[in-house]
Amino acid sequence: MTAALSIKDAGVRLGGHDILRGVNAQIEPGEFVGVFGPNGAGKSTLMRCVLGLTPLCAGSISLFGEPPGRANGCIGYMPQSRASLESTSLSARSLVTAVEGGDRWGFPWSNRASREEVERAMKLAGAEEYADRPFSVLSGGEKQRITLAQALLGKPRLLILDEPLASLDPRNQMRMVECIAGIKAATGATILFIAHDINPLLGHMDRVLYVAGGSAAIGPVDDIVSSESLSRLYGAEIHVVRAEGKIFIVAAEGNVTEAARHD
Amino acid sequence: MIEQILNFLSYDFVRSALMAGSLAGILGAVVGYFVVLRQVSFAAHALAHIGFTGATGAALFALSPLEGMLIISVLAGGMMGASGNRIQRSEIAIGMVLSISLGIGTLFLALYKGFAGQASAILFGNIFGVSHLQIFQTLILAAISLGALLIFSRRLLFASVQPDLAEARGISLSVLSVAFMVILAVSVTLASQVVGILLVFSLIIGPAGIAARICRNFWAGITSSVAIALFSVWSGILLACLTNWPPSFWITTILFVLYLITETVCRFILRMER
Repeated sequence: MTAALSIKDAGVRLGGHDILRGVNAQIEPGEFVGVFGPNGAGKSTLMRCVLGLTPLCAGSISLFGEPPGRANGCIGYMPQSRASLESTSLSARSLVTAVEGGDRWGFPWSNRASREEVERAMKLAGAEEYADRPFSVLSGGEKQRITLAQALLGKPRLLILDEPLASLDPRNQMRMVECIAGIKAATGATILFIAHDINPLLGHMDRVLYVAGGSAAIGPVDDIVSSESLSRLYGAEIHVVRAEGKIFIVAAEGNVTEAARHD
Repeated sequence: MIEQILNFLSYDFVRSALMAGSLAGILGAVVGYFVVLRQVSFAAHALAHIGFTGATGAALFALSPLEGMLIISVLAGGMMGASGNRIQRSEIAIGMVLSISLGIGTLFLALYKGFAGQASAILFGNIFGVSHLQIFQTLILAAISLGALLIFSRRLLFASVQPDLAEARGISLSVLSVAFMVILAVSVTLASQVVGILLVFSLIIGPAGIAARICRNFWAGITSSVAIALFSVWSGILLACLTNWPPSFWITTILFVLYLITETVCRFILRMER
């Protein structure tokens, strides 16, 4: 079986700086992989490489056996939330409809098939309840569901979710993770879930892709999120503390909260 | 009063004004809806002012003000478009270019003496002075712009609503942005014939802004935007005939009153929604 995503010895240089080098990862179809690491470590850059938007300077990436960019029709991408549509009065459904078949030419007329596809995506994302309300009055969590529904259009086989938990309270974080796990179960899609905090994803993800110190490591949670493995990756002493079924990552020296909050 | 209006309609210049006003209004309303969605209204406003240089400089190169303005604003629009998504964040740069353009425009006015009458027409519009040739030019330009927009509006809507996802799906944001800004430049130029450069904002943003506030669906938004534009242009021109006050005054006033009403009603409704 072809891997959903295969990254071999990948390196990225941006503006004369090595952002990432020697990244290796093989992700099988239907896997739920959590992507973690401090801000600026290159999580989003790596995802842009997967989408074919940022070129590699070394190594290769293939998606379902094809180079990035070629297979983008089968990727669903949920970008980090942005403030661009804060004041729109367009309804949630209109915003999902605007994305459906959005890479076609012509004017944005939706036929029965595309309307059904919009309903399917909104239902999967758990957003059908507020489909007719204006986007601007929705809560942060509801807005995230709409962005998720947009990413689900076209039945993607690989879902890349860039920080869908950002700015959600713990209860909504939990709901969002359950919703994504439900989507995985219902569609069999491979999921790359970028997050800040490991804990909300525990019990749902199959493996962890940890990006830090200019490289990345992939493996089961217990193998990667351990003091030895993270210290090797960061190139500094890191302690992984397990308490009350939760995982805390603490730097031995320097800025403790930095590592703990993955800032 | 109806008799009076029918009487006005028998004048050729009134019919010409209604024709040119409708064409510019329809194009402005459709393009304006995307301007509101993409939040580039300041760029739209600036394009009109940048066009002022072209309109006043045209005389020096034996072109008509319309042609001069079209050339300059299309060039400026293309360049703004090439700056892609940064356009919303480059307010200072756009503002600087807009002020130097007005400055150069003033120089052209001074160099070309006897131009003051035309200058007022360029700044505040002279819808009752449009010639048949100008109506024909307006028709062609509006048709080309709407036709082009029709071809890529689906992609443009996608890229306006969710640019990151659009880029991930292989859509070139910068090509779309350049194409849109060129069409915007054409619409701004045509609208400036109706209400003048200084008031172009009202015709591009007014109807679309009001429609975008009320409508929850794309097509409803576009349709209401066009309806509001036509209503304000027609009633503005007819009121100008009745009162002998400038049509630019009436059109902007009608749009402002409509805006105030929608804003009040919408705030009330949205508060109920929450």
